[in-house]
Amino acid sequence: MAGRKPKVVGFCCERHGMDAAVLSARSGKEFDASVRLVQVPCTGRVDGMHILKALEDGADCVFVLGCLEKNCYYDTGSIEGRKRVEYVKQMLSEVGVEKERVEMFNSASTNAWMFPEIVSKMVALAKKLGPIGGEKQ
Amino acid sequence: MKAGSNLEKVFESGKFAVTAEIGPPQSANPEPLTHHAKMMKGSADAFNLTDNQTAVVRLSSIASAVIIMREGIEPVIQMTCRDRNRIALQSDLFGAAALGIKNVLCLTGDHQIFGNEKPAKNVFDFDSIVELQVFDQLRREGRQVGGEVVKDPPRTYLGCAENPFATPYEYRVSRLAKKVAAGADFCQTQAIFDMVMFEKFMDEVRSRGLDKKIHILAGVIPMKSAGAARYMKNKVPGMIVPNEIVDRMKNAKDPKEEGIKLCIEQIEHLKTVKGVHGVHIMAVAWEEIVPKIVEMAGLLPRPTFQ
Amino acid sequence: MIVAKRKPLNEIAEMVAPYKRVSVIGCRSCVAICLAGGEKEVKMLVSALKVKNKKEGRDQEFEALVVERQCEKEWVKEVEDKVLGSDITLSMACSLGAQTIGDMYPSHVTFPGLNTGIFGVPEEQGVWSEKCVGCGNCIIHTTGGICPISRCAKSMLNGPCGGSANRKCEVNLDTDCAWSAIYDRLKIQNRLELIEKVTPAKDWSTSHAGGRRTYVREDAKLTPHQKKGKEAIQ
Ligand code: SF4
Ligand code: SF4
Repeated sequence: MAGRKPKVVGFCCERHGMDAAVLSARSGKEFDASVRLVQVPCTGRVDGMHILKALEDGADCVFVLGCLEKNCYYDTGSIEGRKRVEYVKQMLSEVGVEKERVEMFNSASTNAWMFPEIVSKMVALAKKLGPIGGEKQ
Repeated sequence: MKAGSNLEKVFESGKFAVTAEIGPPQSANPEPLTHHAKMMKGSADAFNLTDNQTAVVRLSSIASAVIIMREGIEPVIQMTCRDRNRIALQSDLFGAAALGIKNVLCLTGDHQIFGNEKPAKNVFDFDSIVELQVFDQLRREGRQVGGEVVKDPPRTYLGCAENPFATPYEYRVSRLAKKVAAGADFCQTQAIFDMVMFEKFMDEVRSRGLDKKIHILAGVIPMKSAGAARYMKNKVPGMIVPNEIVDRMKNAKDPKEEGIKLCIEQIEHLKTVKGVHGVHIMAVAWEEIVPKIVEMAGLLPRPTFQ
Repeated sequence: MIVAKRKPLNEIAEMVAPYKRVSVIGCRSCVAICLAGGEKEVKMLVSALKVKNKKEGRDQEFEALVVERQCEKEWVKEVEDKVLGSDITLSMACSLGAQTIGDMYPSHVTFPGLNTGIFGVPEEQGVWSEKCVGCGNCIIHTTGGICPISRCAKSMLNGPCGGSANRKCEVNLDTDCAWSAIYDRLKIQNRLELIEKVTPAKDWSTSHAGGRRTYVREDAKLTPHQKKGKEAIQ
């Protein structure tokens, strides 16, 4: 394991998700991992293909962070996002890959404590599961 | 006389007919059939042999008929369209007639999804009404559906089933009329628990004059337990069991006795419904109760003919 | 349209496992509309297979392609190099596409990635239902525009059977009973007389029961002369 940092990709919507991230970044929390955030206009824009591509290209875990379902800027965007995540999970279990590697979260922009929690959770999971297919990647 | 079967004679004599159901065994053993035949002999005019009912594989209805005929009782065989195309249906009708089977009940058949061979491919070349029409043409004109002329056509008494409790309710009598037009001589109804609804059905049957054209056997099922009542109420599509009946079975001290009592009351009631020419008792897996019910309902002795 | 759905991924993975270079070919027609084998589904499938291979340490190359209509030779021709350059082709079109490729390149192995199911229509987003089984002799003018052959579980001509309860089918209580629907439709059209009389036996020889069918439009066929000309151009 030495040297390799867990790789986590997060798709965050520019409304609540990204705001929450920025807010928590100000708090100065650091992770022993490579966490890459991708800003999307809305989690409803996150396609199953994006998530799979991230995994294919080396991410250990992927999360999608959108608005609260009752308070989505685009009304049902984060509900759509969740459906895509569920579909990819289904595909992952069909090919025998841990479906926990992909997760959907919802947060309000003002919620500073939740974002570090999500990232910690996904980093811990990435550490536990390791890269898909083992170390040689 | 169309076929000269005992059942036909009973109907023609104007007597109240009784038929009972015998479910063939799920094996190659003829013993249960012989046993039931001996036990029920004399308590009904004809005995109805189901044809792989609910799509569960059983000893064939034609073979079962031959087995019970050896005991001196008359069979009604069911013939469904689920497992036979028009070639097999017509061939089996010839075969049954050649073996001395005179009553045939035409059915579309339960879908295989209910049975123990779910991945089966079904046939449904015909439905029950087309089956009736084709069989009727065979016996009347000696002509197959494809036009082939048959030298010695079967002489068969043709039956059908009808369910007054299936949707759309307002169409059920029309459907019975279609079966009459297609050639049915008698009709066995779905088990009746809701007398009010059945009487409504019969009112319309009479107002269209159908009671003069077809002999209706009202179906009854004696129940052993409240569970059976609930099962039929909730799980059997197209069956209506009123709450009072479920409650009555539930509150009974001796549910079996109550079930018998209820069945007899139903038969007594059905006897009074104009246009009902008999009852069909479906004591599924409780065949031994049939003689008792028939006796207690005052339907003995059964008529005999020379 | 023809409605299909993807085979389970493990079944697909198992089929293609022995081959090194896999060409995966989707179709932009029916199967794209029913979200089974269009461009996006092809890409997602390839991605999922790559993820699986990554996990299992298998080395395979995938080429994701999509053609306009895979059941027509002209469109398949466009990807001929890719097909023949691979060890196996996984067709993500309906089986017609898979068979077109198979018939065009008989020595090349082509597998189906989809289970082709129904002639159906989208009832709502994400839901497709069967409305025809191609019996070859349409009767829906007599049944209120509702096909009993495909929509009745027993393909009855004189329904509904005794199992129709609450206008649902006995075989599946979530499905409407076709014959109850036919009754209701004819009733509002004042055409109930259509189901008052017996519909006689159906001639199934126009259906698949009569063997494989070929439909020909003589006037659309090319004359030998035209054929020659076309070949010369190609
Ligand atoms: S009647 Fe035949 S052609 Fe018409 S919709 Fe039904 S299956 Fe298709
Ligand atoms: S319930 Fe209706 S759709 Fe189902 S098999 Fe019977 S007639 Fe056909």
